[in-house]
Amino acid sequence: MDLSFFIMQFLSGLTMATLLFLVASGLTLIFGVGKVFNFAHGSFYMIGAYLAYQAVSVWHANFWISVLIAALGAGVFGMFAEATFLRRIYGRAEEGGFQILLTYSFILVIDDLVKLIWGTEYKSLPRPLGFGGAVNIGGLTIPAYNLAIIAIGLVIVILAWLILSRTRSGRVARAAALDREMLGSLGINVPLTMTLVFGIATAMGGFAGALAAPLRSVSPGAGIEVIIDSLIVVVIGGMGNFWGAWLGALILGEVNAFAVSTVPDWASLFNYLVMVLTLIFKPEGLFASREIRKV
Amino acid sequence: MKHRHRIKEVGFWALFFLVFGLIPVFAKSEYHLVLANHILIWGMFAMAFNMLFGVTGMLSFGQALYYGLGAYWVGLMVKTFGEAWFLPAIGFGVLSAVLLSMLIGLLVIRVSGVYFTVLTLAFGQLAWQITFKWYHFTGGDDGIQGIMAPGILGNHIVYYCFTLLLVAVSIWILRRLVNSPLGLTLRCIRQNPDRVRFLGRRVRRNQLRIYVISSSFAALAGGLMSGVNNSIHPDMFYWTTSGEVILMGVIGGIGQFFGPFIGAAVIIIIQDVVGARTEYWSLIIGLVMMTMVLLLPRGLVGEIQAFMARFKSGAGNRG
Amino acid sequence: MQPILELDAVTKSFGGLRVTSGVSFSIEKGSISAIIGPNGAGKTTLFNQITGYLNPDHGRIVFEGEDITRLSTREIVARGMGRAFQVTSFFPEETVLDNIRVACLSRLNMTRKTMKSVSEFTDATDKAFSILESLGLDKQADRQAFELAHGDQKLLDIGIALGLEPKMLLLDEPTSGMSPEERLLTRNLIQKLWKEFNLTLLFIEHDMDTVFGIAQTVRVLQMGRLLAEGSPEEIRRNPEVITAYLGEEVL
Ligand SMILES: Nc1ncnc2c1ncn2[C@@H]1O[C@H](COP(=O)(O)OP(=O)(O)OP(=O)(O)O)[C@@H](O)[C@H]1O
Ligand SMILES: [Mg+2]
Repeated sequence: MDLSFFIMQFLSGLTMATLLFLVASGLTLIFGVGKVFNFAHGSFYMIGAYLAYQAVSVWHANFWISVLIAALGAGVFGMFAEATFLRRIYGRAEEGGFQILLTYSFILVIDDLVKLIWGTEYKSLPRPLGFGGAVNIGGLTIPAYNLAIIAIGLVIVILAWLILSRTRSGRVARAAALDREMLGSLGINVPLTMTLVFGIATAMGGFAGALAAPLRSVSPGAGIEVIIDSLIVVVIGGMGNFWGAWLGALILGEVNAFAVSTVPDWASLFNYLVMVLTLIFKPEGLFASREIRKV
Repeated sequence: MKHRHRIKEVGFWALFFLVFGLIPVFAKSEYHLVLANHILIWGMFAMAFNMLFGVTGMLSFGQALYYGLGAYWVGLMVKTFGEAWFLPAIGFGVLSAVLLSMLIGLLVIRVSGVYFTVLTLAFGQLAWQITFKWYHFTGGDDGIQGIMAPGILGNHIVYYCFTLLLVAVSIWILRRLVNSPLGLTLRCIRQNPDRVRFLGRRVRRNQLRIYVISSSFAALAGGLMSGVNNSIHPDMFYWTTSGEVILMGVIGGIGQFFGPFIGAAVIIIIQDVVGARTEYWSLIIGLVMMTMVLLLPRGLVGEIQAFMARFKSGAGNRG
Repeated sequence: MQPILELDAVTKSFGGLRVTSGVSFSIEKGSISAIIGPNGAGKTTLFNQITGYLNPDHGRIVFEGEDITRLSTREIVARGMGRAFQVTSFFPEETVLDNIRVACLSRLNMTRKTMKSVSEFTDATDKAFSILESLGLDKQADRQAFELAHGDQKLLDIGIALGLEPKMLLLDEPTSGMSPEERLLTRNLIQKLWKEFNLTLLFIEHDMDTVFGIAQTVRVLQMGRLLAEGSPEEIRRNPEVITAYLGEEVL
């Protein structure tokens, strides 16, 4: 394996890791802050991809504006789903199970709504203007669009870090991760916060979906593939842990990139392999923050 | 209280044998026989799933793995070695489900709650992908057709009676299990796992037990189903299969012993009415699931029971 | 004097907070004694360590001559340690009878049995009924546990522990949330159970009438430290205890 091949695969893994991170961090945000498990998170990714397709191919909008429309659309839809449906089951006995069941029903409904609107064929997008070609760095030709995604991912990680550690809302978000009820007693509007957090998280999912659309074509049912990958990411990183999601995405992205280039047919099995290994050696995830009691 | 349970139980069995025993006599076409067979097998599958979720509180999203395993044992053995292997293959399917669920169970019970659900889902999808991609061995997306049961079992009515018998025995076993000390322990685990530790019991060990038991019944269901449809398909492993069995449980009423059977009947009849697998089938079951979770969380059986209880206590107050 | 439980310099911190700080004492077999102390003194945490629910950072816990410091809850329970909880802990959807019967079945190592109905286990059932009678809950045997009054739920919690036939029983605030009349009944009941079941009994309690009424020895915990230990009379007079905890109330 020569070095340039290695670097190429590494970069392609990094691209995938960035997209995975965008989705998984939304999932982990909702779980960390709101103690809500959004099984349908991948479906918001899918909504984002379709909205971007709609904006670019039907409305002939600029690609980057389409990405923003997609994120916004997914976020609004997410807030609607939270405020209309999910909110009703908070505090119910055995809420965890009902959350999964309810968000599972979202997956099914969204899948068919997408089918109704856009049909069942695969949809794909051209790369945005100016990013169709490749950049030549030290003899390596790297697709410009991949570099753009990696750069966007970096910016978002830095922004998220700044928000979480430096701003009041970041601190509120982290406090909420500790206690939903306590926040209420501090005079914070908990229902509104939950809806907003849901909106932000689903917008991130939609954003990732839109960014991925030129790389991977999208079809109904994409939601479940994406959710499984992001779940593997959070299993590796530890649920509710932002940096864990980052590490998990990186590991999964790289493993996948190298697997795809060496054993293309069986590449997706490697995702599961990573998951199983994590489970065997560190079932609470690599970034475990909770105290594991002896049993 | 105890008396009422007795009545309910006797009532179930009487109705069960009356309805399902008479179906071969009155069924207008072979299609109705197949439909009844589906209800039996899915009903048993859903009841076994309910032991996991309703009784013990473990929401597995990967029971399709064992269902598919049971089916593929039968399909592959009949295809490779001939019809004579049909019955042994059902046995091998159950046996391999026991072994595999022990192995996977050891991994997945290390985590609980959402994690458990997610991991069972992931293992199920893994099995689906392997089946899907391993074309030479499993036939990939084509599945396997022409799976016939040997000899007299090849007759549809005989096969129906065979399933009826096995399903009845399975339900009877599950019933014993629910009322047994293990069943009680499992219900206690759902309600208060920490206290169970203070009873000197291993929570995870008991969770593993029921995971294995439930999974082996799923494999039995898969094996039986391959003889009803005479074909198998990788979708039997797919996550929507797990989702459907969950939905049956939720419709009937999670934690209600007989509920999931009724849930299975409801789903299969809806499926039949709207035309099996219409294009928008998942929209329908999505909306049904949503309605159940938001409006009828106790399931049909549970809600009816709660209504009766309210009705009775209301009458008692007035009288 | 024959000790059944010995604590030697048991220490535990949560983050920077020392919740148990070098606690040592030993408890005589067959005795009944109390632990008192202000809220947050670390009483429940101490019980958690004795029962293996938490691991101490340092120190040793010895039960009947055996070091149980690192054993799991399950193993400690199997050696005869029972516990009832401050936040009442039982199985809300099961009947009162089954709540106790499951403990009796566990004691008999029968919880693995799958093909016989629980009611066919006559040993466990009889035992459960006799415990219900001792607790005065027998009339409510068929009700679901969540329907019981709070006071009865506290008794049920104790009953579950008794189903395990423990040698030693730890009770965490058995009379909390009860009316004065219920308290009196419970106090007498505890004393009765102590004799009837041949228990070594250690209880945490805020109600001073209960503490000074039935305990042979009282230990005072404050900020994780064992402040004083002695007969009820000695504790009542101890100036340190008075300033730290009892205040004017019992003078
Ligand atoms: N798992 C835990 N993690 C962190 N801190 C804890 C934990 N459990 C208890 N604490 C802290 O340890 C201290 C002692 O708690 P503990 O429950 O033992 O007090 P207590 O004496 O039983 O009080 P009370 O009379 O109110 O029941 C408290 O400050 C509590 O907040
Ligand atoms: Mg306490």
